Amino acid sequence: MSARTLEAGAAGHGAEPRGKRTEAGEATYLIAIAEALWEEMERDERVFLLGEDIGVYGGAFKVTEGFLERFGPERVMDTPIAEETITGIAIGAAMEGFRPVAEFQYADFMSSGFDMITTALGRYHYRSGVPLPVVLRGPSGGGVRASSFHSFNPEPWFAHSPGLKVICPAFPTDAKGLLKSAIRDDNPVIFLEHKWIYRRIKEVVPEDPDFLVPIGRARVVREGSDVSIVSYGMLVHWALEAAEQLEGRGISAEIVDLRTIQPLDTETVLRSVEKTSRVLVLYESHRFLGVGAEVAAQIAEEAFEHLDAPVMRLAPPNVPIPFSPTLEDAYLPQVPDIVAAVERLAAW
Amino acid sequence: MSAPETTDDGFPTLRCLAPDGTPVGDVEVGLDEEGLRALLRWMILARRLDRECMALQRQGELTVYPPFEGQEAAQVGSAAALGPRDMVFPSFRELAAAIVRGVDAVEYLQYHRGTWHGGPYDPLATGFAPICVPVATQLVHAVGWALGAKLDGSDACALAYFGDGAASEGDFHEAANLAAVFRAPVILFCQNNGWAISVPSRAQFAAPIAARAPGYGMPGVRVDGNDVLAVYRATRQAVERARAGDGPSLIEALTYRIGPHTTADDPTRYRDEAEVERWRALDPIVRYRRFLEAVGVADAGFAAACEAEAEAWVGTVRAELVALGAPPASEVFDHVFAEPPATLRRQREEALGGA
Repeated sequence: MSARTLEAGAAGHGAEPRGKRTEAGEATYLIAIAEALWEEMERDERVFLLGEDIGVYGGAFKVTEGFLERFGPERVMDTPIAEETITGIAIGAAMEGFRPVAEFQYADFMSSGFDMITTALGRYHYRSGVPLPVVLRGPSGGGVRASSFHSFNPEPWFAHSPGLKVICPAFPTDAKGLLKSAIRDDNPVIFLEHKWIYRRIKEVVPEDPDFLVPIGRARVVREGSDVSIVSYGMLVHWALEAAEQLEGRGISAEIVDLRTIQPLDTETVLRSVEKTSRVLVLYESHRFLGVGAEVAAQIAEEAFEHLDAPVMRLAPPNVPIPFSPTLEDAYLPQVPDIVAAVERLAAW
Repeated sequence: MSAPETTDDGFPTLRCLAPDGTPVGDVEVGLDEEGLRALLRWMILARRLDRECMALQRQGELTVYPPFEGQEAAQVGSAAALGPRDMVFPSFRELAAAIVRGVDAVEYLQYHRGTWHGGPYDPLATGFAPICVPVATQLVHAVGWALGAKLDGSDACALAYFGDGAASEGDFHEAANLAAVFRAPVILFCQNNGWAISVPSRAQFAAPIAARAPGYGMPGVRVDGNDVLAVYRATRQAVERARAGDGPSLIEALTYRIGPHTTADDPTRYRDEAEVERWRALDPIVRYRRFLEAVGVADAGFAAACEAEAEAWVGTVRAELVALGAPPASEVFDHVFAEPPATLRRQREEALGGA
C-alpha cells in the first residue's frame, strides 16, 4: 500500500505549506481542520487559539498557517513549552467568557498536561456549574514512522475521564463539521486529529460556514451484509481498503466509523451488528482496555442474541509504539490482518 | 526555622505594625476609619467561624476541614484589597478570603460537609473560584482568567492563593513565567505558613519564595503575613499595578498555621509546641486590635460587638449546615457536562431505571 510508505516530513515539523482546496472543491483533512478554525474565529470573536509554534510558524503541521496575519497575536497566541499551563490558561480564559482552542503539537504531549486535563478541566463543571467551552486539539496516531513519542493514541485516557468529550474523525468533512461543533459546545472536548490522514485523504468538503457534524454520532461509511467492522480514525481507511479486497472474495463488509469516542454512539453500532451478526472491532489504541474493549463489551451485553460469532478485536499490543518501520508494521493491524480477521468471522 | 522573626536573610519583609501593635512603618494604607474597622471585623468573624468548623468536624458534622487560624490577616488583608469584578482563585484553606468576597459560608462549607463537590456558590457571581484541591493548578487558571480580562479590555485582575508547598509544583513555575510573558493582570499570593503538612519551609526551598519573582520578570514582595495592614498595602499595590497594565506580582506572606494541616492531621508528630507558642504570641488579631484601639479608630466595644456578631452568625451557619440533608443518590450523574451526553444518560438509566 503505497500510501503507507515512508514520507519525508510526515511526522510534522516540515515547511511544506498547508495547501489549498482543489478546483473541484476537494480539501484535505488538514485544510478542512484549518477551515473549521478559521470560520469559527470569523464567526465568534470569543474563539482564540493558543499553543506552541502556532503563530509565525503556523503550527508543526501548518494547521494555523496564515492565522496570525488575519487574527493577530492576541487570538493566535504562541505559548512557551508548558502543556499544563496551556490547558490551565484555557480553563481560566473560558471562565472569563472565552472559547479557547488549544493546539498540542502532538497529542502525545497531552500527557504533560494530564493533571490539568483530567483533574481540573474534566471536573470543573461538576464542581462548580461553570461550563468550560475548551477544545484541546492535536495530532494523534501512528503509521507515519514518527516514533513512540509522536504516534500515541491517547483517546482511552480521556474517554475514561469524566467530563470530557473525545472526538477522532477519519474524514475531512467530519473533521471540519465536528471541530466546529466542538468549538460551539459548552463542554471540554478533546479533538484528536490523525496525522496519517492530514495530507493523504481529501474529499469535497462543505463550504457553508454553519455546516456542522453532531458530536456523538457514528456513521456507516460502507454498507455491507456479512460482517461489521467498527473502527475510527486512520484504521477506517485501512478497513475500507480491506473491504475492497474482501468484496473480491465474496464477503460483504459494513464499516461503522465511530467518529466520536465519548459519548459513544452505541445505537449505530448495535444496528449494524443486528444486520450482520458478526463484528470486528478495529482500533488503534492499545488492545488491553483500549476503546474497542468498551465497544466489544457493549456489543456483548446488548446484542448477544444477534451474534453468530464471538466479538473479535484487532488492535495493537500493549507495547510502546516502535520507531522501526518493520516493528511499527508489526505493531499496527495491517490490511491483510483485517482481511484475515473478517474471513475468520465470516467462516464462523 | 520557619518563624518570621528569622527573616535575617537579607531579603526585606514589609511590615506596618510590630507584634505589639506599635506602628513600625507607614500605616496610611488608603483606608478610611470604616475600612480599617472592617478588617478587624472580618478577622474576628473568620476566626470564630474557623473554630466553629473545627468543632463541627469533631462532632461529625463536617467530613474534613483545613483550618486557617493564624492566617486571618494574610487572607483578609489581601481579599479586602480587591474590587468586586476581580476574581479569586483559592486553594482549599481560604474560607476567610471567601467570606470577605461575600461567599455564603454555608454554601462554601457544603464541600467540607460532603454534600456537594465544590460548594454550590456561583464562582462567577461571587468572584471566587471553586475550592481547588489539586495543588497549584489554580495558579494557572488565574493566569488564564487574567489573560481573558486583559483581552476584554477590562481592568479587573485575578488573585490566586497558594501555599509554601504549592511553590514547589511545576505549575507555580509555569504560571509565573506565563503571567510575566503575557503581562497578565494577576497576583500570585503565597501564604507561607511554615509547613507543607509535615515538611517545614527550610526543607522545601533555600531562598525566599518572593525572591524568585525577578527571575520571572515581575516584582516580588515579602510581607509580614500577620500584619493585616502590610498585607493590604502590598496587595493594593499589586492590584494597582495589574489595573494599570503593568502585569503580575508575586507576594509572599509569612504567616503560620496554628492548627493542623487538616482535621485528619496531628501536627504534634512533626513540630514543637514551643514553635506554635511563639507564633501564638504574634497573633494577627491581637496585634491589629491593639493598633486600632491605640489610634482611637476602634474601642473595646467595637471588638466586643464583632465578637457578639460572630457568635450569632456562626450559630446560624451551624444550624443551616446541620440541617442540610444528603443529596439524592441520583445526583451522582448530574453536572458532569453542561448537557448530559447519551453515554451518561444511558448509565443513569441503567442505574436508576429512568428515575
